[in-house]
Amino acid sequence: MTFTAPVLNYTILSPMLIVLAGALIGVLVEAFLGKAFRPIVQLILTVGTLLLSLVQVFRIRESESLSAAMGSVVFDGPGFLLQAAILIISIISVFLIADNENFTALAAAIPGSVEEHASIQQGNKVTEVYPLTLFAVAGMLLFPISSDLITLFVALEMLSLPLYLMAGLSRRRRLLSQEAALKYFLLGAFSSAFFLFGAAYLYGYSGDISFAGIRDSVVGGSGNDIFLLIGIAFVSVGLLFKVGAVPFHAWSPDVYQGAPTAVTAFMAAATKIAAFGAMLRIYYTVFANAQWSWTPLLSGIAIITMLFGSFVAIAQRDVKRMLAYSSIAHAGFLLAGVIALNKAGLSASIFYLFAYGVATVGAFAVVTLVRDSSGEVTDLNRWTGLGKRSPWVASVFAFFLLAFAGIPLTSGFIGKFSIFSAAYESGAKGVVIAGVLSSAIAAFFYIRVIVLMFFTDSHEDATTVVIPSVLTRITVIFSFVITVALGVYPAPLIDFINKFATFIR
Amino acid sequence: MQINNGLVYLIALPLAGAIILLLAGRRADKWGHIFATLMSASSFAVGLLQFSQMLARPAEERAVEQKLFEWISVGSFQVDAGLLLDQLSICFVLLITGVGTLIHIYSISYMSHDKDRRRFFAYLNLFIAAMLLLVLGNSFLNLYVGWEGVGLASYLLIGFWNQKPAYATASKKAFIMNRVGDMGLSFAIMIAFATLGTVSFAGIKEAAPNASTASLTAIGIMLLVAATGKSAQFPLQAWLGDAMAGPTPVSALIHAATMVTAGVYLITRSNFIFDAAPTAQLLVVIVGAITLLFGAIIGTAKDDIKKALAASTMSQIGYMILGAGLGPVGYAFAIMHLITHGFFKAGMFLGAGSVMHGMDDEVNMRKYGNLRKFMPITFVTFGLGYLAILGVPPFAGFYSKDMIIETAFNAGGIKGILLGSAALLGAGITAFYMTRVMILTFTGSPRWDEKAHPHESPILMWLPMAILAIGSVTSGFLLSRGDTLVHWLEPLFAEHGEHEELLKPIVVTSLALLMVAIGVAIAFVKYSRSEVSDTAPEKVSLLTRIVRRDLLQDDFNEAVFMRTGQALTSTLVKTDEIVIDGAVRGIGSAALSSAGALRTSQTGFVRSYAALILIGAVALVAAIWVVTQ
Repeated sequence: MTFTAPVLNYTILSPMLIVLAGALIGVLVEAFLGKAFRPIVQLILTVGTLLLSLVQVFRIRESESLSAAMGSVVFDGPGFLLQAAILIISIISVFLIADNENFTALAAAIPGSVEEHASIQQGNKVTEVYPLTLFAVAGMLLFPISSDLITLFVALEMLSLPLYLMAGLSRRRRLLSQEAALKYFLLGAFSSAFFLFGAAYLYGYSGDISFAGIRDSVVGGSGNDIFLLIGIAFVSVGLLFKVGAVPFHAWSPDVYQGAPTAVTAFMAAATKIAAFGAMLRIYYTVFANAQWSWTPLLSGIAIITMLFGSFVAIAQRDVKRMLAYSSIAHAGFLLAGVIALNKAGLSASIFYLFAYGVATVGAFAVVTLVRDSSGEVTDLNRWTGLGKRSPWVASVFAFFLLAFAGIPLTSGFIGKFSIFSAAYESGAKGVVIAGVLSSAIAAFFYIRVIVLMFFTDSHEDATTVVIPSVLTRITVIFSFVITVALGVYPAPLIDFINKFATFIR
Repeated sequence: MQINNGLVYLIALPLAGAIILLLAGRRADKWGHIFATLMSASSFAVGLLQFSQMLARPAEERAVEQKLFEWISVGSFQVDAGLLLDQLSICFVLLITGVGTLIHIYSISYMSHDKDRRRFFAYLNLFIAAMLLLVLGNSFLNLYVGWEGVGLASYLLIGFWNQKPAYATASKKAFIMNRVGDMGLSFAIMIAFATLGTVSFAGIKEAAPNASTASLTAIGIMLLVAATGKSAQFPLQAWLGDAMAGPTPVSALIHAATMVTAGVYLITRSNFIFDAAPTAQLLVVIVGAITLLFGAIIGTAKDDIKKALAASTMSQIGYMILGAGLGPVGYAFAIMHLITHGFFKAGMFLGAGSVMHGMDDEVNMRKYGNLRKFMPITFVTFGLGYLAILGVPPFAGFYSKDMIIETAFNAGGIKGILLGSAALLGAGITAFYMTRVMILTFTGSPRWDEKAHPHESPILMWLPMAILAIGSVTSGFLLSRGDTLVHWLEPLFAEHGEHEELLKPIVVTSLALLMVAIGVAIAFVKYSRSEVSDTAPEKVSLLTRIVRRDLLQDDFNEAVFMRTGQALTSTLVKTDEIVIDGAVRGIGSAALSSAGALRTSQTGFVRSYAALILIGAVALVAAIWVVTQ
């Protein structure tokens, strides 16, 4: 056996390498720079890194060679679109994360301890969150373009580990935040095990870990089908856990609620894109010919997910939990795009992911603005009459809710319409019917919040809306403008997506 | 057809006046009334210019058009916003802007004590613009815009003193009853488009001969509904009396001379439809005949001078509708009566306003008496209008009304006899109630309060009255001499053959004059020979009481439409509350409770979450196994 030096093809890897380099420099900044300069240096470094990476992604979008690192990575049209979407949403989120009101002063301290108190007195700030974000982004960039099972698993862990940490960094209600982080970690590890187990079965089935190899076996139909089916089931568990589909969703409300809101925004938007990106690639390429086995399952999960998310969201009294269940429902809608298994479904899914991600970041950004003396107010009962006190903030939030609900002239409408019509075309009528029904149910709780804000008389202990800092304002404005633009004039983006949305097998 | 790009100024000038005055607000209080009057007068000047140019052209080239812009262009549905000025519309243009300008001048003085005079003038200008658009539109759709515009202006002006709840209610009543008619017009437009594929006058005229009688009849009936609404004809007549809540110049301009005659214009303009739809045409004459009697009878029991004149207006428009329903032979006479009526009725309304001005806004004629001594000019101008409406030769009404009665008799058969008799009877009753108005107001002994100091109105008020009085005297003679108006309008209407004459014209004229004489005589005996009480007598016959209640028109409307409407709406509200809201709330609460149950699955324990994942994974494998077996 000879050992050959791997051909890495750095051009294709460059966007991720840029982000990783930025993250490493960030670690060095943490170690060597005075704490007074850290926040601003880290912010500039992070945004700069992400922008550079985005530029690089666009520069290589039509490059000749597609695979890199010995075929473990494939940078094709959908890969480009997904990476660009992840980077854009990360850039928007970073400004929200930079608004460090949201983070604890000393993550290592026991909540309520003297140590923590002293740290707050000294005005410490957790700037470690910037390199953590960049590491997570690097994992997310790798996830949807991975083209063998090992790389896919590495990417999964690479994006998850920083997120586990970030979920525990909340400045207020730290116990809740740490509990969320631990839950996320334990359950994430649990589901990763399922994923690995499934990967092992797939290797057992085809004798290959590369997607192309597994696909050839599926097409050839030579292997043991039991191995394939168990492999599909368990790999699906790992992926469905990440997107928060029922019954693998249970972590998400707790984590969404406990994590600092800025992290929740980043996680809810960017992770979803990465995870669905990987899922689309696997189902559209590797498992496409075993469609008969997984379509009914995924349809069932999609239907349950949509209905469950929409239904339970109705009963929520906390705005972050409501958005968590809303995100579960949206995961169900997005599964319809996976089930569609056609080009229209792929384009629609990518559009939906981007539009939903932007609106999600915007909505959580608004949530950070509604506060009282002890921090963010997420109790919906105390949002009553917000529209009268802060009409702008309430109107923007209402707009994002309408986008989630899929009201025409918002990006949500275009997304839902295209994803459901693609699913309908492919014959998944049951999923579409359930989707439309649960959209109607979902509209109920979105609009209930709007009614609460605008048409209900104000509560006694009124919450105040803080004047948004420049950073949060950037996030809100960008999300708002993109959401409006995609709703009113989506044609250019749809055309752009259609041009690139073909997987290379 | 010739193009003339000057037509738009007719409308643009008063419209600009309205917009400027409304936008300028209180800043324009000082000069607003002058400005509005100038705008109306300039529009009149443009009208005169157009008229002189039209006279210079040969008969078949008189009509001119102006295309403003492409209004609607949806598939095969093409409508341009365009104006059409022909022999018919020029009559209206001159009447609207001429009488309108006189009434502007009158209002300067009449409204001088009102702090909202500027707003009043803005609305007057708005009305002039909308009315001009109504008569100048070259399609039913353009006409409709003006039609709604005058409805709006009428609503705003009836309720001008809306601080009084009764007046505000009156404006609403007028508006709502007009909506019924407006629905008719919109239906007519829709049917026309659906069956003929066009809504322009020229297009429909061209398409009408090949269209089915049924669709033309439907269009005709819907147009008649529209006309009854706007022109206060039976059965949509009840709003006109209440519309007298508006300032008197408004009553003179909108509710006597111009807007209420829009129905006559509509029917005359649509002559090509009615000529081809005999059923619709028959309905038109029936409506006209009923209304002319209905209005006249109501007029006999009115003590409010403005309401008596309003009833008379209703009756006189009944004559016009009757004339218009008689076909090609009657259109010109309808228009002639419309014009003469515009002069004498506007003049009498302004006279009534002048009386009210001198009598502290008293409108009850039983509180007047012997005013001719104090208001000689008003007495003379009002008296000339009185002679005109009675149809005494050689005053204006004689020519126009006599022709309608004659034509009605000539309609042929039993129909002719019935219509002619109704028109004759109406003339007699008209003579009775108008004489009553004259006697109660200007003669007899004074019955007014001690506080009242009757006096003549200032020149700005009596000058317009005098000018209108001249019209009341001469217009009929001028228009009918050598059949001037008939020949003028001839190119627009279908040809009509000679009709067999049931009665010789001289006989009809004599009969009419006899009826008038009888009416006047009865009024004299009843009101001049004996003392008139200053309160209405209580012990009167049932018939009188019914007439005093406007022949129960409001009771009928309330019983039939209002109550059923209210019952319908309350039923709908209940249905909505119980069935629809109930269903929604039911679904909402069901969803909430089931969501609450599902929510309990979220225990917060990692172990149960992990168990859930495990169960899910096992279920997934089991399901795959089931699916693939």
